[in-house]
Amino acid sequence: MRVTFTVNGERREADDVWEGESLLYVLRERLGLPGSKNACEQGECGSCTVYLDGVPVCSCLVAAGQAQDREVRTVEGLAEGEDRLDPVQEAFVEAGAVQCGFCTPGLLVAAHDLIARTGQPSDAEIREALAGNLCRCTGYEKIMEAVRLAAARRAETRGGSPEVGP
Amino acid sequence: MDFLRPGSWAEALEAKAALPDAVPIAGGTDVMVEINFDHRRPPALLDLNRVAELAEWSERDGRVRLGAGVPYARIIAELGDRLPGLAMASRTVGSPQIRNRGTVGGNLGAASPAGDSHPVLLATDADVEVASTRGVRMVPAVEFYRGVKRNALEPDELVAAVHLDVARGPQQFAKVGTRNAMVIAVCAFGLALHPDRGRVGTGIGSAAPTPRRATEAEEFLAAELADTGLWESRGPLAESVRRRFGELVARAASPIDDVRATAAYRRHALSVLARRTLGWVWDQYREGGWSACA
Repeated sequence: MRVTFTVNGERREADDVWEGESLLYVLRERLGLPGSKNACEQGECGSCTVYLDGVPVCSCLVAAGQAQDREVRTVEGLAEGEDRLDPVQEAFVEAGAVQCGFCTPGLLVAAHDLIARTGQPSDAEIREALAGNLCRCTGYEKIMEAVRLAAARRAETRGGSPEVGP
Repeated sequence: MDFLRPGSWAEALEAKAALPDAVPIAGGTDVMVEINFDHRRPPALLDLNRVAELAEWSERDGRVRLGAGVPYARIIAELGDRLPGLAMASRTVGSPQIRNRGTVGGNLGAASPAGDSHPVLLATDADVEVASTRGVRMVPAVEFYRGVKRNALEPDELVAAVHLDVARGPQQFAKVGTRNAMVIAVCAFGLALHPDRGRVGTGIGSAAPTPRRATEAEEFLAAELADTGLWESRGPLAESVRRRFGELVARAASPIDDVRATAAYRRHALSVLARRTLGWVWDQYREGGWSACA
């Protein structure tokens, strides 16, 4: 079957899609967007997290046909243009929150959503928001730092927040 | 494989009647796992995401009609005050990504004994609204679960909604697992006090072939509260009563040994969950503005 949907603001078409195929497979293998990672294929690891109509989901658990006419935003669509990273991505780079990098795309989308929804997330809120994303390298501490950093910067650019801690 | 994409509930029912082997898919959090792992090759998928009315809930005469396609994230955000037990159970489902997609309708369709919403549906005397082109019928949750991953649906039927009373007493849900996210319950317990009816509702998850009630425990506690005048006096609950309640809940389970836990552990953990949740609901009842039956 043919599936047509919007990916990162662009109307895209995929042909010869098998009816049982996942959105993740279509993104990676048919549309040339390998940023979303394929690991567990059962929603456990979060490496394939994308926005579907603005809501973070595991793209391995979305049937490709369910994306018809809907909006998908992948990790490739977080940065503005070629060389301007999203603040969440910048914070991951600066904090050294990346080791092997396999979980990073999913974590970026999940963290991006958290920061968009929550002004100054507490550590508990960050942990909860990232609970569906597994990292086997870092022990999460640098990831926590990166999210705190991105959230603090976002609060600043929104007009400053007196509660920003050291 | 076919991919059926009904645009309305009527079309969905017609499609299911025409092809009863079509597997309904909403959040995909169960169905896609089975397909990804080659455990299932249905002749067709019936996508319910486009059926707008499934993703709605409404309230009428103190009862909530929760569309089968409302994701857990929305139950948490929108229904925590009306359906506290279900919202608590929803918070323990998977991860944020899973809660954004998974639905109570999917839990019912899959009918896994480990489904997180089932204990609360039992404890709150929920009814499942089931539909086909032949009509609509209401199935009490207690009659819905028929075996391991088997439910009361006929081949041409779909789950339309779940009907639950707006809470008129405190409710709790507790679940045992190895971490706080992405956990298939080792065992789970739902508890609802219905002071307006002098009833106690329970639901056991992941400790029997189906989710089930602990009827003896419900009756013991309801009688205890009535006989000692505790519904009215709101006095403290004796430790012996809580302990006995826990024992009776554990006795109602028929768990197995599996990769997640032993049967003995499940029984023990259930008695602890039951005792604790009873302590919590009783404290809430004593402090809250719930009215007791006359």
